[in-house]
Amino acid sequence: MHLGTCQLTKSGSAMPTSSGSAGDAVSDQFPVGLRVLVVDDDPTCLMILYKMLLSCRYNATKCNRADIALSLLREKKGGFDIVISDVHMPDMDGFKLLEHIGLEMDLPVIMMSADDSKNVVMKGVTHGACDYLIKPVRIEALKNIWQHVVRKKKHEYKDFEQSGSVEDGDRQQKTPDDVDYSSSANEGSWRSSKRRKDEEDDTEDRDDTSSQKKPRVVWSVDLHKQFVAAVNQLGIDKAFPKKILELMNVPGITRENVASHLQKYRIYLRRLSGQHQSGLSNSFMGSQEAPFGSMPSFSSLELQALAASGQIPAQSLATIQAASHGRSATKSAISPLVDQRNLFSFESPKLHFGEGQRNNSTQMNFLHGIPTNMEPKQLVSLHQTANSLGGMMQGTQSNPLMVQMAQPYSRAQNESISNYASRFPSSIGLSNGIASGVIGRSALVDNVKGPVYNQVSQPSSIADFSVSRSEDLSGTGFSIGGSLGSSLISSKGVLQGEPSMEVKESRGEGASYDIFNDLHQQKSQDWSLRNVGLTYDTSQHMNMQENTDASSYLVQQSFMANQDTAHSRNSSTGKEVFPGGDERAQRNEPIIGQQPNAHHTDNSFRVKAESFPETSNQNTLLPGHYDQDDLMSALFKQVSYFLAIFVI
Amino acid sequence: MHRRLASMRKSLLDQGFLDEQFIQLEELQDDSNPNFVEEIAASYYRDSARQMLNIDQALDKYPLDFAKLDNLMHQFRGSSSSIGAKKVKNESTQFQEHCRTGNAEGCRRTYRQLKKEYATLKKKLEAYFQLARQAGPLETASRPK
Repeated sequence: MHLGTCQLTKSGSAMPTSSGSAGDAVSDQFPVGLRVLVVDDDPTCLMILYKMLLSCRYNATKCNRADIALSLLREKKGGFDIVISDVHMPDMDGFKLLEHIGLEMDLPVIMMSADDSKNVVMKGVTHGACDYLIKPVRIEALKNIWQHVVRKKKHEYKDFEQSGSVEDGDRQQKTPDDVDYSSSANEGSWRSSKRRKDEEDDTEDRDDTSSQKKPRVVWSVDLHKQFVAAVNQLGIDKAFPKKILELMNVPGITRENVASHLQKYRIYLRRLSGQHQSGLSNSFMGSQEAPFGSMPSFSSLELQALAASGQIPAQSLATIQAASHGRSATKSAISPLVDQRNLFSFESPKLHFGEGQRNNSTQMNFLHGIPTNMEPKQLVSLHQTANSLGGMMQGTQSNPLMVQMAQPYSRAQNESISNYASRFPSSIGLSNGIASGVIGRSALVDNVKGPVYNQVSQPSSIADFSVSRSEDLSGTGFSIGGSLGSSLISSKGVLQGEPSMEVKESRGEGASYDIFNDLHQQKSQDWSLRNVGLTYDTSQHMNMQENTDASSYLVQQSFMANQDTAHSRNSSTGKEVFPGGDERAQRNEPIIGQQPNAHHTDNSFRVKAESFPETSNQNTLLPGHYDQDDLMSALFKQVSYFLAIFVI
Repeated sequence: MHRRLASMRKSLLDQGFLDEQFIQLEELQDDSNPNFVEEIAASYYRDSARQMLNIDQALDKYPLDFAKLDNLMHQFRGSSSSIGAKKVKNESTQFQEHCRTGNAEGCRRTYRQLKKEYATLKKKLEAYFQLARQAGPLETASRPK
C-alpha cells in the first residue's frame, strides 16, 4: 500500500503545469489511496468521517487528539497527503495544529467545524487552511479533497521550475483559474521545502531505524513563541539565526535548528501574506518580483469604494489610477505615468482580516467601511483617504510604517510594530496565540531605495510604499507617499499630508496613520522627505513629554538614516527607542485602559546638506499647511519645532 | 419487514427527528460493516451522555459560564449534527444562541427541551435499529449466503 501511494505521490508531484494533461499524467485511480489523516476529538464524528473517507477509497488514518496527530505527522514525514482537522479540540486548537503543520510540513490542511460563523471560517483561511468544511461533513465534500493535493503539487512543481526568486514569483505566476484561497494557501517554496525535506528525511530515517543520534528539536508552542518574539525583536529581515538563538537563550537548540525553523516561519508568513494578498490587501510595493499584477484590482476596488462615497475628487482618482496602472505595468515604467502632483498608494494589509476576525466582517466590509468611517469634510484630497483609512484602523491601532527609511529604520519599524502588537492583547486579544507582530519585508527596503534614489533628477518620480505584514490582530500600517517632481511650486499645490486626521474618533479609539511624502527636487539631488506619523487618542492628550521623546527619536532616526555613515548608529538608536516605546505603552495601559493612547507626532525630515534653498522653502511651506489643519495645537507645535530644528 | 422499516425511516424524517445526514450514514453502511449506523448511534449516545453530564454540571454553576456552556454545546451539536439528529441539533443551536445573549433561563429551558428530544430520538432509534436487525441487511436478505 505504501509503495503504491509513494508512486502516486511521485506522479502527483510530476504533475505537468499545462492544465489539460494533468489528468493523463496521473493514473486513473489517482484519488484512490490518498493518504488522509483525520483528526477529531469527537468519536462519533471521527468514526463517520473515517468511514466516509474509506468509502471514497482513500487511505484514511484517524486520530482523536491533535497532539497525537502532530506526532504522527512528525514521525511519518511524507506519510500523508492531506490532513483534515476539527477546529474545536480540547487538547490543541485546530488552528494551532494547522499552524504547526504549516510550519513543519508542507501539507494541505482542511479545517472543519460545526461552527459556520464567518469569522471562524475566515480564521481558517487566514491561517492557511486550504478548505473549510462545515459539519456535518458530507461525503460529496470529501470526494473532492484530492484536488487540494493536486493543486499543491502543481504549485510546487511550478516553483521548482522557476529557479529564481521563488517567493514572489509564484504569486505572480498564480494562474487566474486558481481559487484564491486554496492556491495561496498552497504557495510554498518548493526549493526550501524540498531542502528541508531532504534534511529532515535524512535525520528522520536514521531516527526510525536506529538510536537517535541527534535529539530532534520539537518546536513546542512555547519555544515557537520565544522564537517569534526574538524574530520580532530583530525584525524579520534582520533576523539571522545566530541572533535569534542569542535572544532566545534556550539551551539545547542549535543555530541550524533555528535556521531551519526560521525558514519555515518565513514560508509560513509568506503563505499568510499571500492570503492577504488574495484578499483586498496588498503589498504591491514589494521587491522586484512583487505582485504588481494584483495591484490594479486592489486599487480599483478602493477607488470604487472611494468614488462611491463621493469624497474623492475625480482628478485625484484619475491620478491614482494612472499611478497604480503605471506601477502595475512595470517598475521602470512608473515615472512617466506619474502625475506630478498626486501619486500615492497605500495599503493596510491585514486590516481587513484583523477586523474580520473580530467583527465578523469580511473583505466587503472594507468597502463598506470607508464611507462609514469617512467624514465628508475631511475628505478633500487624497490625504484624507489616508485619514479615513486611519479611521478604519481604529480597532487595530495601526502602525505607521515608513519603509522608505534605510534598513535600520525598517528594523526599528518592526520593533515599533511589535510594541504595538504587545499592546493588543489588552484591547483585542490575540486569540490564537500567534504572538508575532508585524513584519516588514526586507526586500522592500532595497526596492524602496531604488526608485527614490535613482530617479531623483527626473521631473517626476515615485516613492512610497509601505509594508506591513501582520499576523492576526497585531496591527496594520500604511503610508501615503506623494511624490512631487519638478518644482516647489507644484509641491505647494499639493500640500500633501494635511494631517487633519480624525481627531474626533467617534468610537473613541485611537487612530493612527502615517503620511509619507517625498518631495523631489528636479534640478538637484537634493530632496527632502517628510514623514508625519500621527498616533493619537481622542480622549487623552497626555504623555506629551514622552511622546516628544519618541518623536524626536524618530526624527533623529530618519534623519540619520539619510547620512551614509549613520547606519550603525542608527540601528543602535532604533534599539534604544523602541524598547522605550514599549515601556511607555505598558505604562499607559493601566492608566488609560485599553486604548493605546499615544499622542505623538513624528516628523522626520531628511535633508541633505547641500539642499539649502529648497529645503528652507519647503519647510516654510509645511507650516503653511499645518495652519490650515484642524490639528491640535500641540501637534502643530511639535511639527514646527522639528521643522525649525532641521532647517537649522 | 423492509417496508415497515422504510416507512419508519420516512416518518422519522418527516417528523423532523432525523435529516438527510442520517440517510447518508445509511448509505455508507455496506457489507464490510453492516451495523455501521447502529454503531455510530451507539457511539453517539455514549459520547453525548458524557457531554451532557458536563453540561449538567456547568448549568449547576452560579453564575453560568456561558462561554463554557457554548463550547460544550458546540461539541454536542457537532456530534448530533453528524448523526443527523435534527431536532436535537436545532435545540442545541438554540441553546448556543441563549449562551451568546447570556440568557440563563433560556439556556435551562432549551436544555430541558433538548433532553426531551434527545430521549425521544433515542427511543425511536432503538426501535428502528431493532427492526432493522430483524429485517437484516437489504441486500443479503435477498441474496442467499
